[in-house]
Amino acid sequence: MYKYDHYDQAMVDARVEEFRDQARRRLEGKLTEDQFKPLRLQNGLYLQLHAYMLRVAIPYGTLSSMQMHALADIADKYDRGYGHFTTRQNIQYNWIKLEDAADILADLAKVEMHAIQTSGNCIRNISSDQYAGAAADEVVDPRPYAELLRQWSTFHPEFAYLPRKFKIAVIASEKDRAAMRLHDIGINIVKNDAGELGASFYVGGGMGRTPMIAPLIRDFVPLNQMVTYAEACLRVYNRHGRRDNKYKARIKILVHEMGAEEYARQVEEEFAHLLDQGVEPPFAELERIRSFFQPPEFGTGLTEKADRSDPDFALWIDRNCSPHKAPGYVSAAISLKPVGGIPGDATAAQMHLMAELAKGYSFDECRVTHAQNIILPHVEIGRLHELWTKLDEAGLGTANLDNIGDIIACPGLDYCSLANARSIPVSQKISERFASNGKGELLGELKLKISGCINACGHHHAGHIGILGVDRKGTENYQLLLGGSEAEDVSLAKITGPGFNEDGIVDAIETVADLYLERREDGERFLDTYRRLGMDPFKEALYG
Amino acid sequence: MADFDLGTGRDDVQLRFREDEQASIAAVTVDSFLDQTDAEAVRIEPGDDARDLLPHLARLRLVEVNFPSYTDGRGYSAARLLREHGYTGELRAVGDVLVDQLRYMRRCGFDAFAPERPLDEADAAAALERYDHVYQAAADEAVPIWNLRHG
Ligand code: HEM
Ligand code: SF4
Repeated sequence: MYKYDHYDQAMVDARVEEFRDQARRRLEGKLTEDQFKPLRLQNGLYLQLHAYMLRVAIPYGTLSSMQMHALADIADKYDRGYGHFTTRQNIQYNWIKLEDAADILADLAKVEMHAIQTSGNCIRNISSDQYAGAAADEVVDPRPYAELLRQWSTFHPEFAYLPRKFKIAVIASEKDRAAMRLHDIGINIVKNDAGELGASFYVGGGMGRTPMIAPLIRDFVPLNQMVTYAEACLRVYNRHGRRDNKYKARIKILVHEMGAEEYARQVEEEFAHLLDQGVEPPFAELERIRSFFQPPEFGTGLTEKADRSDPDFALWIDRNCSPHKAPGYVSAAISLKPVGGIPGDATAAQMHLMAELAKGYSFDECRVTHAQNIILPHVEIGRLHELWTKLDEAGLGTANLDNIGDIIACPGLDYCSLANARSIPVSQKISERFASNGKGELLGELKLKISGCINACGHHHAGHIGILGVDRKGTENYQLLLGGSEAEDVSLAKITGPGFNEDGIVDAIETVADLYLERREDGERFLDTYRRLGMDPFKEALYG
Repeated sequence: MADFDLGTGRDDVQLRFREDEQASIAAVTVDSFLDQTDAEAVRIEPGDDARDLLPHLARLRLVEVNFPSYTDGRGYSAARLLREHGYTGELRAVGDVLVDQLRYMRRCGFDAFAPERPLDEADAAAALERYDHVYQAAADEAVPIWNLRHG
């Protein structure tokens, strides 16, 4: 894992003091709320319906056990004893007092963490593949590149007041587990025919009210020019992105209106100029960062078979474990989606436990996923039963990764001032319905995603099944969408037709699920069947 | 042609980081600057393309970049572009210039500030000195941390 040196530490320490000072000036009336707002936002502090929310950055989703313990302590000390893991691999606390914020940032700085640029119109926390460094299929560990970009983007003087927020994801395998092409910039680290590593740049993806899949802008940027190329992408956006309308300010609109080719041409022009400006880090820095991400010392001669005699355990292995590059290991997912629970929530006690398990079973590391779960990346197959038993006792052993119970849901009307409808209760009802009727397991992979309004924080456009909360004449109404995917087979979901009320939407989900069970062919997932059949049979079943 | 004086007067400049004598010339709009052959001062609005000025940098002594609202960050790119292309004259940020933007502005090449509302000088000094180091290269002399590491 990356470790701060005295430079990194000085940066976060100074940031804490800066925020203390800004808060003081706000209290002394030297800053208006309007002037204070972007400053607190660049420190992750939002005002929600009932209280302040603090969003803490978890760079590329990677946490040490010490950091996870610290997050648990913050939940206990300053919140109501829990935290909420988000689709951007961050954690949010929903019940924060403004007076405590600087102290929380100070506690975070002690474990090499911060809330820098977790909101505001700047380059946000950089996300990555939760199986980085473990996945059997990766070209390289993508995190060193994400860390390099983290440093580059931190307090970037030119890009602190962009037209709109800016999200970057970095992956390094053909399988996309980070919704890479739904980011403002998606980077895929690839190998060319000569065996050299480089970065493919996809620019202009996003969700929100105008979802778009990022087009490929440049297929191969040599690694020793990656930062310069990113700088060029951002500069073209900062200069030409729309500022007249907040809903058209994301880079996806610029790329769309300008055309991907013209955008790419302007980036190339800027890139050619910037190559002479010395913005690229020395290559030795990338090598220094890489040295922190060396694989742990994996054991050898380990068993590759688990004892599957306990059917609940066998099910959990099948659902929640994924192949590892080292023989005798898997990556194990801890589902934060217990039946009827709040997706992504964890209590302080659960966080402490996950930290201990990361230490005991996974070389001191865990990961947050964009689907709001936690991964223990490197677990010996021979110790899985022991691990699962401990998880299960703490209510963390749910076997539903990527199943219909593994719902992504935004905070919705329970917390969010922009919401049209509640997301959490709907997700709870759906998860309960499919657990009690036993269909959840039958359905296999089925990604369901819920947003409480058009801003799409719950990724509904990218759900195999998506649900969008709308306001219909003052009552909550839910639109149903089918056919989205955030993975390498990326696609945007389409609306089925008129929306449903809260109970109606749960029935509607069961209707489309039943149709799939009836019509699926060998090995087809829900998404495959939908793609083969098209929307019509589903519409027919829903609206008759 | 009578140019409307858009510029800030000498008195409005609150902070200046240059050794030379402050020029007392009026800035004109980019359009009118491009129409003339002898104008020495120009004022860039957020919607202007700073690149239009690149052929004329040699005769420029003062560039004002207006920030009608601090949230519009186009002026940061304009400033850096001018510096990257060799402009060495005064680069003045005017308008909604606030304490917490000063450091980023300095890094993008601004060396004079004429805020609409005067800044608390102690707060401004503290904000400018808060961080000892920077992560990335910009238009200033600061050496990025990654170069210091591998010095
Ligand atoms: C409760 C307070 C929240 C508010 C007020 C809020 C607001 C917004 C807004 C306005 C957008 C649209 C931005 C745009 O299209 O330009 C957005 C997008 C998004 N938000 Fe949130 N959000 C909140 C919570 C969350 C949470 C808890 C998560 C993570 C679980 C989240 C993740 C996202 C994501 C992934 C997007 C889509 C990004 C994209 O458009 O590419 N948000 N949010
Ligand atoms: S999708 Fe809408 S309701 Fe849900 S968190 Fe985002 S802004 Fe709030």
